[in-house]
Formats: sequence, C-alpha cells, structure tokens
Amino acid sequence: MSLVGVVVFPGSNCEHDVVRALGALGGRAELVWHAETDLSGVDAIVLPGGFAHGDYLRPGALARFSPVMGAVAAFAEAGGPVLGICNGFQVLTEAGLLPGALQKNRGLTFLCQPATLVVASTHSALTRAAHVGDELVVPINHFSGSYVCDDATYLSLVEHDQIVLRYRDNPNGSRGDIAGIANEAGNVVGLMPHPERALDTLLGSADGRVLLEGFLAAADDAAARADLVAAP
Amino acid sequence: MEYAVRVDVTLKRGIADPEGATIERALPALGFDSVHSVRTGKAFSLVVEADSEEGAREVAGSLATRLLSNPVIEDAAVSVAGVA
Repeated sequence: MSLVGVVVFPGSNCEHDVVRALGALGGRAELVWHAETDLSGVDAIVLPGGFAHGDYLRPGALARFSPVMGAVAAFAEAGGPVLGICNGFQVLTEAGLLPGALQKNRGLTFLCQPATLVVASTHSALTRAAHVGDELVVPINHFSGSYVCDDATYLSLVEHDQIVLRYRDNPNGSRGDIAGIANEAGNVVGLMPHPERALDTLLGSADGRVLLEGFLAAADDAAARADLVAAP
Repeated sequence: MEYAVRVDVTLKRGIADPEGATIERALPALGFDSVHSVRTGKAFSLVVEADSEEGAREVAGSLATRLLSNPVIEDAAVSVAGVA
C-alpha cells in the first residue's frame, strides 16, 4: 500500500487531522519533520495547514527554505503527487511550485466557515475522482487566502485547465473565485479549504472524501512507478 | 566596511491592499481630509558587510528579491543610508 508523507513544519497544526483523515479512508500516512532531506520512502506528500515558522514575514516565506523543500521540489518535478492545504498552499506558491500568491482576505477578516466549492477541473491529483460541476462543502480557515496573479498567469491557468476548484460565493476576494489550482501536469495541487475536516456528515460535511480519495489513488499510482524517488 | 541599508517592500500597483483601504476609510473621522491613496508595506533595516556601497546594495537587493519580498505581488526598494 502506498505511503503518504505529511510534512510537519514548526508551527504546522493540521498534520494530525490529515494523517487521521487519510487513515480513515483506508490510506497510510505518517508525519515527516521539516528537517528531513530524504523522502525516498513516500509515494505522495502533503504540506498541511497551520502557521509554518509562525507565518513571519509572509505565510510560507520561511517554510520555503526548510531543508525538506529540496526533496519536495524534486519529487514534484518528477511527477509525484504533492498536495498543499491552506498554509501548505501558501508554501507551494512561495516555493514557486505553483504560480501566483495568496494575499490578505478582502475585508481583512479571518474566515472560519463552510465554503461551497465547485469542481472546475478533474485534471489533478486532488480532483481526479470528482466531476466537473460537483458542488462540495468544505470548511475554510484562513486570513491570507485571497488568490492573486497577473493577467498572463491567469490566462495560462485557464488555458491549461489548472483551476481545479472555485468558490461558489467568493468569500475572500480571490481572483476568478479560485479556491484551488494545480500545476500544468496536475500532480502538484494547492487549495485553501480543508478537505481533511470534511469527512463525516456528523461534523457538517463528508464532501472532502472524494478529494482525499482521489489523492490516495494518485499516491497508489505513484507507488507503482519505480522511478519516483523523493530525494534531493 | 559596514553599511546601513534600508529595504522598503510595497505591494505592486494593481494588487489590492485591504489594510491601506481600511486606514484610508478612517482618515475623514480624524480630520485628515487632504490625504488619500494610502498603501501599506514593510520596512527592513539591515547592516551589510561589504567592500563598497555598490556591493552592499547588491547583497541587499538579492536578499530583498529572494526573501524579504514576494516578487509576484510586491516591489522592493533598496537604499544605502551610509556607513553603519
């Protein structure tokens, strides 16, 4: 069975939720400290939510220089599935593994509420099991979640089908209602909402399942590839 | 030599600045009717060891681009204030 590595930066705080969520879906996941430089044992990587390095300077700005990020970049480059959730999405943009940036929310309020997402593309390691047009209720929990990019980047995202999730009712001012994007190949995905917190209707929504199940399937595919090794 | 360097990081034109907009909305209540176009940013003060002022500017410029600012949304301006 494939193994998902969940990176723990100093200040991450959603890593256990992600490990539990993937476990509840029948996957296998373990924590990886940010000082690790060799990720050759894992088949997929998650950068979880939280406040890596205190979010000092800008969210993700210092986490980008954590020792583990060299291996994450090499793994992403080789086509391995990499998922950044919330703060993890901010880290991926700062590291240049995804285009654009995440700015303070329009209205300057910290948002902690369910958000309705519309699946815009299934060409990604996260949305591959969903269907275009599906509406998913997934919680958001962020202060800097407003996606920004220049016109050329936005057109390129649209052209290459890289916008994977959009907000139905834009809560934070994100350009194009963007909630999540992928790289051109679809193996690196970042989103502000927290699918690991939407696993059970008893807790409000089970709509995160289809996303994480898709990601686990991508991890299984990666495990079958002998050439994929997350070493720097 | 040690040079005192200041790096100002500001949002690029066209990037929304909700903090600046909020500050601007508070101005009329304080009687500052003549002030507008408020933009926020960050200022860093550094001491750089270098052989020349140009050398100090170069090091600070590289630091400003790679870490202190996010070039996707921010501009960074480096000024050397003199010998520290």
